[in-house]
Amino acid sequence: MDLFANLALGFDVALTPFTLALAVAGCIIGTMVGSLPGLGPSNGVAILIPLTFSFGLDATQALVLMTSVYYGAMYGGRISSILLNIPGDEPAMMTCLDGYPMAKKGRAGDALVLSGVASFVGALLATIGLMLLSPLLARVAYLFGPAEYFALYMLAFATLGGIGSNNQAKAALAVCIGLAIATIGVDATTGMTRFTGDNMHLFDGIDFLVAIVGLFAVSEVLVFIESHGKDSAIGVKLEKITIPWADIFFTKWTMLKATAIGFIAGLLPGAGASLGSFLAYMQEKSSVRDNSEFGKGDPRGIAAPEAGNNAAAGGALVPMLTLGVPGSGTTAVLLALLMTLNITPGPTLFNDRPEVVWGLIASLLIANVVLLILNVPMVKMFSKVLQVPPAILLPGVTLVSFVGIFSLTGSYFDLLLMIGFGVLGYLLRKMDIPSVPVILGILLGGHMEVNLRRAMVLSDGDWTYLFQSNISIGLWVFAILGFIAPFFLRGKLKVPTQSS
Amino acid sequence: MTDRITGFIVVVLALAYFAGATTLSQPFFADPLGPKAFPMGIAAVAVVCGLVMLMKPDEEPAWPGLTTLLHIGYAVVALVLYAYGLKPLGFLVSTALVGTAVSYLISPNLRVSVLTGLGMSGGLFLLFKFVFGLSLFAFPRWLIG
Repeated sequence: MDLFANLALGFDVALTPFTLALAVAGCIIGTMVGSLPGLGPSNGVAILIPLTFSFGLDATQALVLMTSVYYGAMYGGRISSILLNIPGDEPAMMTCLDGYPMAKKGRAGDALVLSGVASFVGALLATIGLMLLSPLLARVAYLFGPAEYFALYMLAFATLGGIGSNNQAKAALAVCIGLAIATIGVDATTGMTRFTGDNMHLFDGIDFLVAIVGLFAVSEVLVFIESHGKDSAIGVKLEKITIPWADIFFTKWTMLKATAIGFIAGLLPGAGASLGSFLAYMQEKSSVRDNSEFGKGDPRGIAAPEAGNNAAAGGALVPMLTLGVPGSGTTAVLLALLMTLNITPGPTLFNDRPEVVWGLIASLLIANVVLLILNVPMVKMFSKVLQVPPAILLPGVTLVSFVGIFSLTGSYFDLLLMIGFGVLGYLLRKMDIPSVPVILGILLGGHMEVNLRRAMVLSDGDWTYLFQSNISIGLWVFAILGFIAPFFLRGKLKVPTQSS
Repeated sequence: MTDRITGFIVVVLALAYFAGATTLSQPFFADPLGPKAFPMGIAAVAVVCGLVMLMKPDEEPAWPGLTTLLHIGYAVVALVLYAYGLKPLGFLVSTALVGTAVSYLISPNLRVSVLTGLGMSGGLFLLFKFVFGLSLFAFPRWLIG
């Protein structure tokens, strides 16, 4: 019964005209951002966060807007995968494999509708999963003390590194960079300054939004300058949109299976949507009897990754809300939003701020319906967005980032810092050092250290305290497995190619 | 080579960071770990990562040619100038300039770049000023008094 009362509260919050308008606006912006190659959910959300503050939104409204953008971008990512053979964002990579070949056969519209429906199934069921599972996980999270939280952060960093890069040393280095940046500023426990070089601007530490916008948005501009923004023309014809009922019916079990796989992948801290779509595709390909059409435009090869990645997007919200540990790059950015709004995610959030949690869940349910409408009947409109040349789009991204950060912090020093992070992000990308662990390190470093020190205070300096409870032992075991597993699985984690 | 050089730089920086951490003073009250230990741990892990990169480098990344690197350099300089120029030059002028520059660096078509710069400057000004209600100065302050 609790669930319905909570949902009623949520819809009460979400169905005010203004909040509803924000959800719709978020869906439209998100789908656009997602469909543009090079701009994914994390960049999109990162650029928009500073603006939500200048817009004066309260916590629930800001969260509704940003998660709608997030869901929208996850839907939109497939559009350029199918029409251009360029993934709109990383998780949409798998959709290229069968989406583009199907479009080349003259069925671009069918591919878009089918993937839109698969996205809807994945995202809707995952939102329901989020609704059912989060309160349960929140109850478990009450058992967490400092030692368990420290182990949980280790788990997040270990799995994130394992999957995010092809080189464990580089992934671990990325975490270290983030954690080291987090130690800059006044130490919360003793009040002494660390690593500030007596620069007054650094006493408060480095604002994680500055780092996020620099690493995600500014570095993207530099990458585009390098590639000279090769204009991408749509190479396939988009005919009148009709609903391919036969394909949808044919792939109904595919979608459900992919949703389950994606949701679980999303739950793992650090794994995220790319893993969800990858596993969903691979599982589908290996389990069907006749997979000779995969890579040539098999409808199951479109439905599986799309249901998988959108389900993972919902799943990734579960650890973010209940434990304060994001499951992906974009949820890391959303966590930054929450922290800036002075909301501490974690089990207490469900008791202290039910209107935030349930308002968010209700909005996600509404957003899914809006997104289905935007992404099926109106998908043609978004395919036009793809034709905006980067030479027009990217200057806009830069300028919005600047004004956003400047309006948020009002400091020239932060603008320079943001540019610095942009350059760092570019270099990291060239060297295959993932930038998401850097962000996560900056975000969680403070909490991680505080929990470690609290644990040491409680145990009077006895290190074995970190490994005493069953929960922490379990988390450590998973952390170690998560870090070493890729050494053995690397060969299997290869993305298959399209067959021409 | 890139990985070896980066690995070396990482080791040096991590050692410097470690040294910086050792100079932090230990407080008297009950905080067995103090402010030093966590940074020292990070430094230790980073040294190991740096050494691994030094010993076992990946394939060389595809670095762009000198001209492209220069273009990226120009863009960074333009952005730094923008950060300093935003206030003295006013929003409209500085934004139009940097918008044009970034657009031109991505795709060298002067007409498109100038139009992009002007359009962005005007459009974003209206958006930020009237929709978001930010206090932006359209023109240099000495001009409007």
